Amino acid sequence: MAEAAPLLRAASVCKTYQTPDHIGRLVLDHVDFILREGEIVAVLGKSGSGKSTFLRILAGLIPASDGSVDYRGVPVTGPAHGVAMVFQSFALFPWLTVLGNVELGLEAQGIGAAERRKRAVEAIDVIGLDGFENAYPKELSGGMRQRVGFARALVVNPDILLLDEPFSALDVLTAETLRNDLLDLWNESRIPTKGILLVSHNIEEAVEMADRILIFGSDPGRINAEIPVSMPHPRAWESAQFRQIVDQVYTLLTTVPGGGRRGAKAEPIGLGHRLPDASVQQLSGLVDTLTEAPFHGHADLPHLADELTLSDDELFPLLEALQLLGFAHVSGGDIDLTAAGRHYADADMLSRKTIFADAVLKHIPLAAHIRRVLDERPGHRAPAARFLRELEDHLSEEEAERVLDTLINWGRHAEIFAYDYDDEVLSLENF
Amino acid sequence: MEQRWGLPLVAWPSRLRPNFWDLVALPLVLGLLALIAWGGMAMGAHYQIGETLPISLDPWRLPEYALRTVLRMGAALIASLVFSLAYAALAAKSRTAEKILIPVLDILQSVPILGFLSITVTGFIALFPGRLLGVECAAIFAIFTSQAWNMTFSLYQSLRTVPGELTEAARMYHLSSWQRFWRLEVPHGIPALVWNMMMSVSGGWFFVVASEAITVSGQSILLPGIGSYIATAIAERNLGAIGYAVLVMLVVIILYDQLLFRPLLAWSQKFKGDPTGDEDNVRPWFLIVMQRAQFFDLVKSAGLALNRSIDLALSFLASQWSGRNPRKREAMPAVSRFEHIFDAGLLMATLAALAWMAHFIHETVPLGEIGWTFVLGAITAIRVLVLIAAASLIWVPIGVWIGLRPRIADRVQPIVQFLAAFPANLFFPAAVVLILTFHLNPQIWLSPLMILGTQWYILFNVIGGAVSLPAELRLAAGNLGVRRWLWWRRVILPAIFPAYVTGAVTAAGGSWNASIVSEVVQWGDTKLTATGLGAYIADWTAKGDAAHITLGIGVLCLYVLAFNRLLWRRLYNLAAERLRLD
Repeated sequence: MAEAAPLLRAASVCKTYQTPDHIGRLVLDHVDFILREGEIVAVLGKSGSGKSTFLRILAGLIPASDGSVDYRGVPVTGPAHGVAMVFQSFALFPWLTVLGNVELGLEAQGIGAAERRKRAVEAIDVIGLDGFENAYPKELSGGMRQRVGFARALVVNPDILLLDEPFSALDVLTAETLRNDLLDLWNESRIPTKGILLVSHNIEEAVEMADRILIFGSDPGRINAEIPVSMPHPRAWESAQFRQIVDQVYTLLTTVPGGGRRGAKAEPIGLGHRLPDASVQQLSGLVDTLTEAPFHGHADLPHLADELTLSDDELFPLLEALQLLGFAHVSGGDIDLTAAGRHYADADMLSRKTIFADAVLKHIPLAAHIRRVLDERPGHRAPAARFLRELEDHLSEEEAERVLDTLINWGRHAEIFAYDYDDEVLSLENF
Repeated sequence: MEQRWGLPLVAWPSRLRPNFWDLVALPLVLGLLALIAWGGMAMGAHYQIGETLPISLDPWRLPEYALRTVLRMGAALIASLVFSLAYAALAAKSRTAEKILIPVLDILQSVPILGFLSITVTGFIALFPGRLLGVECAAIFAIFTSQAWNMTFSLYQSLRTVPGELTEAARMYHLSSWQRFWRLEVPHGIPALVWNMMMSVSGGWFFVVASEAITVSGQSILLPGIGSYIATAIAERNLGAIGYAVLVMLVVIILYDQLLFRPLLAWSQKFKGDPTGDEDNVRPWFLIVMQRAQFFDLVKSAGLALNRSIDLALSFLASQWSGRNPRKREAMPAVSRFEHIFDAGLLMATLAALAWMAHFIHETVPLGEIGWTFVLGAITAIRVLVLIAAASLIWVPIGVWIGLRPRIADRVQPIVQFLAAFPANLFFPAAVVLILTFHLNPQIWLSPLMILGTQWYILFNVIGGAVSLPAELRLAAGNLGVRRWLWWRRVILPAIFPAYVTGAVTAAGGSWNASIVSEVVQWGDTKLTATGLGAYIADWTAKGDAAHITLGIGVLCLYVLAFNRLLWRRLYNLAAERLRLD
């Protein structure tokens, strides 16, 4: 199916968000992309890499700041007819029945009642929901709700399906069933859809479904790599080829910013680095797991994820945090504890605090910065808002808050500083 | 089995066939329509100022009067609904409009409702010369002001918090803005809107009763209704007639509860996303009638058809319009320029209004009196605070006791709701009689009247707070041996605090309002007065002096606003930040 006609094309798409101080924050940087007829493309990337924004620009839900998107050669200026979307949270209307939800898109197109009913019932049959036509979404399980989401998308006979992490709110078994059902419909051409774009954070899911995988890098978001997957369906998760592609994707996704590959020292990160969402408890538990059998300080990432029963988007922040703190390094889809990491693992609870504190102050510029400011101030107190403003130069408001919360969690544990929740003040009290 | 919202009629013609439930529903509806028509005609009757409408104390006239009162309430409710839809939509959709509309709403909320009546009645009478309709409108407007603001606020907030992915889904599937408003945004707001609407109506009975006896430039007009019946009974010192009025009011509120409150509340649950678990699964009988009777399906289908045709017309117009102006959104610099001009204009208008008001009051009222009104306000403020404290001391322990016993709480909650709805002003005469017989000091003993009707909000919310205390927390406290005073301080008081604040805010707001009718109370020719801002406003309203009324109400507003900002909002934030149980 090489060089089939392009369905959807994005040409050097950029997206800038306005920050309060009117300096634009770039979230997408010149993204070029083509979705061809007959292919499934998956987009993988860390949270905050702008992949969701990119999907919404393709959908015509938000305008690009620069560059262009066209669908079958026509510029996209709003949601186009022929493009349907399935949402992570299902986005069903709670006050409409299954039938009402599925019919809504047809109703908006002004299609007559009889025709509407016929097509909706068909779509509900195809997606395996028959019998539930008159149920309200709240009566259904997560998997059934997402089936309604798919039926609602398919009933408008879309050319293109945009899937925004559609399986991530479902449990593993339900997700797999739904994924297989969708792949069957696609492979047997029982749906009119010509192309699917899937945003995901589950590597195996992407490798199972996609013909091509795009790896998004963060800050600003851009396409870092593209991996073709040319295995026939159905794809066995345990086959060597499948595992090899999974490893390759892991490698691409876990490379630290600045490229700390092959044990080379990672380049220093900036003040506004998007600190990963990892709690001290989790980090300490992960180091323990890595030290013990069967890993003994070295692990294959997919294996580790399985062992911990963590999903990729839960594991990646922990891996990044360990790397940032110099406790581990990741390369080629493997993770190794460093000397510092082993030292931390061998220490008792109190010494761990000290080692952690040293690592945070040494490797995380934001922590060092906060400590310096508190040291210099006469009362050794500073409002959290002060640091939040500094972070907002680099991150969105929401992300800035999340990053500061993460650091406060680390700093409190390491006893680098204290934090008063009621006054929102950082201080050196009690030390 | 459930209601089928949004399904077209054509699909199942068999649904048109009447069934057993129609036998119940049809007479009810037709009867209601006839009553509305009759009431409307009565409202349009001829009337000249100075004429007195005879109010008979014959108890057999009471049903008729009650009906007139209920019609007023209904008219106000419909007006409030229309107002909220338009106002909230405008505020939520336009950033420029929002800037002015929301603060204005915030102020309007603080204006004492009976103050609106004093100020607007002259204007309404001028609007319909020679007809009773003007006076009716003034009364309806006063009730409207007791309902519209919080309904609007709740709808505005709902419109602003529609889940992002739902909006995106609506856009992806090409719903027009009109469709999005009616199919997504309004339904999303319905649970909160219905709850606020029902609360408003409960609070509204008090104002219906108070607003029927209107004084215009020294002459009192009695609109036929329960309020006027009571006013006449008071003038004639007829305690028996007041008893009848209380009885009829009781029936009216029970009917309102059964025919409107419970069905609507149960129906609104369907618009909630996830079942919260504490829903009542018992469907009220009247809702069942409504849902089973085909007649209502017909009405609904007609409504949907109307909505659909408006949508078609609008999208036709929109396509015409966009054909001429292809996509000119995101013109950021121009927008911000316009905003600056708008802001400047707003500022000027505000300053002009301030200057005009200062001038108007200064012309007629000596400076010393302005200071005096502030002193009066302080006296009323002290009354409100002391009464809230006293009511809290009584009702918090009782509420906690009830709330921790779920089976009792289930029975008591509807009764308390009912008590909150019952217009407390019906009991004022009894209080006067008591004060007169026992020669009590009116300065002190009139005060409890202010909180007579609003104290129930404290009890109601405290019970709610105690009910929702997780069982595990109670068990943990018991396990740790936390008892008596420590238990109150560390467990139950923090747990019910957010709910208590909500109740206290409502009670305080209601008490400020009630001060206008409760600081001056009459029984025949005997008039009891308690010094305070409420009495000041009541006196000048009776004399019909616009400048003094404006001054009094302005000062009252300032006090209410100050209390909201300095006390209640802080407690609210504290409760929301630290003491939430989730």
